[in-house]
Amino acid sequence: MNAPLPIKPPQRPHGLARYWTIYVALWKTSVTRELGFKSNFILWIFVELLWFALQLSFIAVIYSHTDHIRDWTKWEVVLLMGASHFIQQIFLAFFLTNCVQLSELIRTGRLDFMLLLPVNTRFILSLRQVDLGGFVNAASALAVMIYAARQLQLSPGVAEVFGFLLLAGAGVIIHYSLMFLLACISFWTVKAQGFVWGYYNLFNIARLPDSAFRGFFKSFFTFVLPMLLVANVPAKLLVNKLSSPSEMLLLLGMSAACLLVSEIGWRGSVRRYTSASS
Amino acid sequence: MKKYWHVINIGIQNTLTYRMNFLFRCVFGFVPLLATIALWRAIYDGRTDTISGYSLAGMISYYLVLTIVDALTAVNEDDWQIAADIKDGNISQFLLKPIDFLGYRLCLFGAGRLVYMAVAIVPTTLFVLWFREDFSLPADAATFGYFLLSVVMTGLLQFFLSYTMALLAFWMQEVSTVIFILFAFEYIASGHLFPLDILPPAVEQVLRFTPFPYQLYFPVSIWLGRTTGAAVGQGLLIQAAWVVAAYLLARWVWSRGIRKYSAVGG
Repeated sequence: MNAPLPIKPPQRPHGLARYWTIYVALWKTSVTRELGFKSNFILWIFVELLWFALQLSFIAVIYSHTDHIRDWTKWEVVLLMGASHFIQQIFLAFFLTNCVQLSELIRTGRLDFMLLLPVNTRFILSLRQVDLGGFVNAASALAVMIYAARQLQLSPGVAEVFGFLLLAGAGVIIHYSLMFLLACISFWTVKAQGFVWGYYNLFNIARLPDSAFRGFFKSFFTFVLPMLLVANVPAKLLVNKLSSPSEMLLLLGMSAACLLVSEIGWRGSVRRYTSASS
Repeated sequence: MKKYWHVINIGIQNTLTYRMNFLFRCVFGFVPLLATIALWRAIYDGRTDTISGYSLAGMISYYLVLTIVDALTAVNEDDWQIAADIKDGNISQFLLKPIDFLGYRLCLFGAGRLVYMAVAIVPTTLFVLWFREDFSLPADAATFGYFLLSVVMTGLLQFFLSYTMALLAFWMQEVSTVIFILFAFEYIASGHLFPLDILPPAVEQVLRFTPFPYQLYFPVSIWLGRTTGAAVGQGLLIQAAWVVAAYLLARWVWSRGIRKYSAVGG
């Protein structure tokens, strides 16, 4: 007779593995939620496509009157717009909804429940929902980039594509860090949608060629709010416009700095939380 | 009439409740303007000719006047609020009270614009002063008068169209997609991105048959003297016709919608 097996408690994953399990579960609920509003899901994709087309038509109109903006030609700018849209959509897919909801959670006091969950609060706040439409739109941005690259007769190698993805990732982190930091202002002023939507205006800068800007404007949007790095550096890598590798290092460095500042801002802000009506 | 003044008062107070939010919106709104001006500066860099009759100064003036008109007339959150009122059943009270919902919302819209103007006047003036060398004033007092008249109609047209779109909430769960789709067309076809007369003439001609140019471009073109003479009077008449049409449409959609209304939670 075999001795009865000792009853083991089910193995709980630890550390990163545990967060991975949680994240997979969050994905599942997000997918279920999206499938509940199919027509709305498709309409939102259409809205984003329309706005992207609108930005591209702006470029088409401008280039019907000129053949270059400083050193940028038409298809290079189209590729830049594609890169910017790609980065923006990936950011939107993972983070935007969550950042926007933060101020509502604070206003209604529902943040209490998040604070009580036995996970890192920032993790759950930042990644709670996934916006699947963002991935579809990112694919359309990629299609535009590929078309522009063909027009420019570029054939990027594996290293360049990998480099682009890495730099684009750094860009996404910058968008996320700054947006999260802005959303944290809700801890002070309660209604912060204005701050969050204000950030939307900054996306407008990210898709413009950096050499169009000079002086204070350029320094501010490179070293304080690095909008002119987010999409420009990855795009310049693909079109061979980087004057030196230091631009890539600058993007990576600014990305790390933004993340750090937003973490400090978050920790300082959450301490002020007093809950509401509970 | 007195009750509507009261509504305006409430509107002003509502807007001021979250003033930081509001101020931030105002200030950040200027960033794209700066970027657009920088972009045009780069395009004009090293060229001596004009683009469809616009010198660099003319182009910068276009965007500055556009910003002023936009501050005076843009619908901000009104459409979302109207849609929410319908969805949450808040409009029930207006069916019982002797107050007209369209009039009520128009007062709130007006109040919001007043506060926005009061706040935006500081950054706008700074901007105009900054670009004073490129900024041009209307040619004469009459032109400015026509401009003001056109701006009022622009505001009404913007409001009635947004109001009508928001009323779709009677039939749809989610109206934001529809609002954003219309907004996209308005954004490009009303001259928000670039002056419409730099487009190929055929495209511009087609746009003239839509209400979009009268939602922004038309008053700006009066100010800049790009619409002159008989074309001003003609344009104002067409604009007035669009305002009346949009008003009638808003009334009609409301009367249809109210029949479907089920007063959720009201």
